[in-house]
Amino acid sequence: MNTAVASPAASSTAATPLLRVRNLVKHFPLKGKRVDGKPAVVRAVDDIDFDVLEGETLGVVGESGCGKSTTARLLMHLINPDAGEIVFDGKVVGSRELSLREFRRQVQMVFQDSYASLNPRLTVAESIAFGPMVHGESRDTAERRARDLLERVGLSPARFAERYPHELSGGQRQRVNIARALALQPRLLILDEATSALDKSVEAQVLNLLVDLKADFGLTYLFISHDLHVVRYLSDRVMVMYLGEVAELAPSQALFETPHHPYARALLASMPTLDPDRRTEQAPLAGDPPNPVNPPSGCRFHTRCVFAEPLCSQRAASLAPATARSREGADPLHVVACHMMQAGSGHSQTGLSQTAPSGAATEQVSA
Amino acid sequence: MSMVRIENLEVTFKGSGATGRPVRAVNGVNLSVARGETVALIGESGSGKSVTLRSLLRLHAAGRTEIRGRIEVAGQDVMAMGARALADYRGRIASMIFQEPLLALDPVYTVGQQIVESIRRHEPQTSAAQARARALELFERVRIPSPERRLEAYPHEMSGGMRQRAMIALALACKPQVLLADEPTTALDATVQIQILLLLRELQRELGLSILFVTHDIGAAIEVADRFAVMYAGRIVEETDSRTLVRAPRHPYTQALLRGRAGGSEHAMARGERLQTIAGSPPDLSRLPPGCAFAERCTQARLDCRERDPVMTELNPTHRVRCLLVES
Repeated sequence: MNTAVASPAASSTAATPLLRVRNLVKHFPLKGKRVDGKPAVVRAVDDIDFDVLEGETLGVVGESGCGKSTTARLLMHLINPDAGEIVFDGKVVGSRELSLREFRRQVQMVFQDSYASLNPRLTVAESIAFGPMVHGESRDTAERRARDLLERVGLSPARFAERYPHELSGGQRQRVNIARALALQPRLLILDEATSALDKSVEAQVLNLLVDLKADFGLTYLFISHDLHVVRYLSDRVMVMYLGEVAELAPSQALFETPHHPYARALLASMPTLDPDRRTEQAPLAGDPPNPVNPPSGCRFHTRCVFAEPLCSQRAASLAPATARSREGADPLHVVACHMMQAGSGHSQTGLSQTAPSGAATEQVSA
Repeated sequence: MSMVRIENLEVTFKGSGATGRPVRAVNGVNLSVARGETVALIGESGSGKSVTLRSLLRLHAAGRTEIRGRIEVAGQDVMAMGARALADYRGRIASMIFQEPLLALDPVYTVGQQIVESIRRHEPQTSAAQARARALELFERVRIPSPERRLEAYPHEMSGGMRQRAMIALALACKPQVLLADEPTTALDATVQIQILLLLRELQRELGLSILFVTHDIGAAIEVADRFAVMYAGRIVEETDSRTLVRAPRHPYTQALLRGRAGGSEHAMARGERLQTIAGSPPDLSRLPPGCAFAERCTQARLDCRERDPVMTELNPTHRVRCLLVES
């Protein structure tokens, strides 16, 4: 566990982490009991550590039930964590130094459902001005600022300020949500599948807007999405989650070019090709992700992993640089939770040179 | 021989909503699917792709919809069918799979019961035991693990990928020749999506199915389809094989659609570059502009694009485009 805590911290000495998350845990209790009599809980987020560096875009990917949205909600304190520490700009959130209210002003969130996240009875300008007014600005200032922001997100205030959410298209509504998130001049924006419900041509417009706003306002993004193409386009670093844990965290290019974790490899290999001559011949993984209610023991991926050995079901690997994969010293920025990647873990494949990135995982799927 | 032939299909939803104007969802679609062929119908929301697909089973409420044109499936005139003939046709000749199996399956019956019912409705001479044996075979065919136990499961007891497999099994229960797929993998996780796409491809090959596959995801479509039809504002604007679509699309809308993708294709933008977007938004289908419906957003539009309606032009036997730039 020590390495897990130490490595992301070590990796962040170059740039200051704007947000530090340590040992974050959220279990949702379920009604009823498990077969063995213990109470059933969904281990939605199970002891995760990561940093978000000032000015970067950290992408978060994973499948449903991996905990990526729960993580976002925990960060915003929309739900309370069971355990863990969130440090923002060097101050512990919820301490005397940084109240929850002040933290929430500096961290804002944009959701997937652009319609559900707006109050249908407020005009667009009123919605954007609402937050600043709650935080003590006068109506006048807040509404003037709302109009400025509408302009910034590409909606003419003269045409849109007085409209209601139902009078806008999905793309326009998402622009309003982004404007509203910016109204409190936050430093960190959490985007939870914020462009996933949009058509591709509209999504491209919103992605361009996000890139512009980040530069203009000096923002930091936590970008959660199931769309790996979009994550790759936008992110500086990418975190791959699986069943409530972090499987791999690496600079975007390193992750997409040389994914280390067998799950990350399979996930990337599952992306449909855009080349009709190179269609996928075999699915990288069989079956669905296991239920997070009773996650597998040890490494949670061992039930679907072709490289799994008895060790994998007994002991979870901690998140650390891939020491087994490089003689010159592993890249400290590229951390992975897999025994195969860590020298001396006892896994038989540690010393090997890397096998074919995606092909290897495809051979034994029906096993 | 065409398994599915659609000629001049027009679907109009009668006035409703705030404006009360009729919505012209499909405006003259011509499309055919050969025996054993998979055709992907792609487009953005509101392009009319799902409306076209649903017309093939006549799923639109008759009172609120006006349908004109001709639909022929396996040599039968679908538009002329009475209620009884329609019920025989659905599931037996053409059947459909949907995006959300939880809504498409009946929650109060086990999946096995639903398959047995479907088989016995179409083949009354089949005994319950025989139908059950066939249901089991279907479950094995779509690779549901421990199929015997899963036949007894209710839809909510299955995972997303498993439910999608069960719905495919149900759709194939009466050995249809045509499978209509409406965004069948959109709601699934990446690692499950690819499994279902490969399953569809395999079933198509083994059973010789004709598949019409509706999706907005070009990547998913390339994994399964032989041929593409791109829809915009209720019309097919380009029709070609998948290689030509990716490498040499001719309609400005298709070109823009492929360019706007973040990553993946050779046309796509890399990190740091700006994504090329299509300005504006699709036209209001209750108030279509004169001329080409895409002209307003087209970077290559000329003056006459806003006046004259382009006709479908055949560049070669496998590539057709509806654009004035190609016509001249």
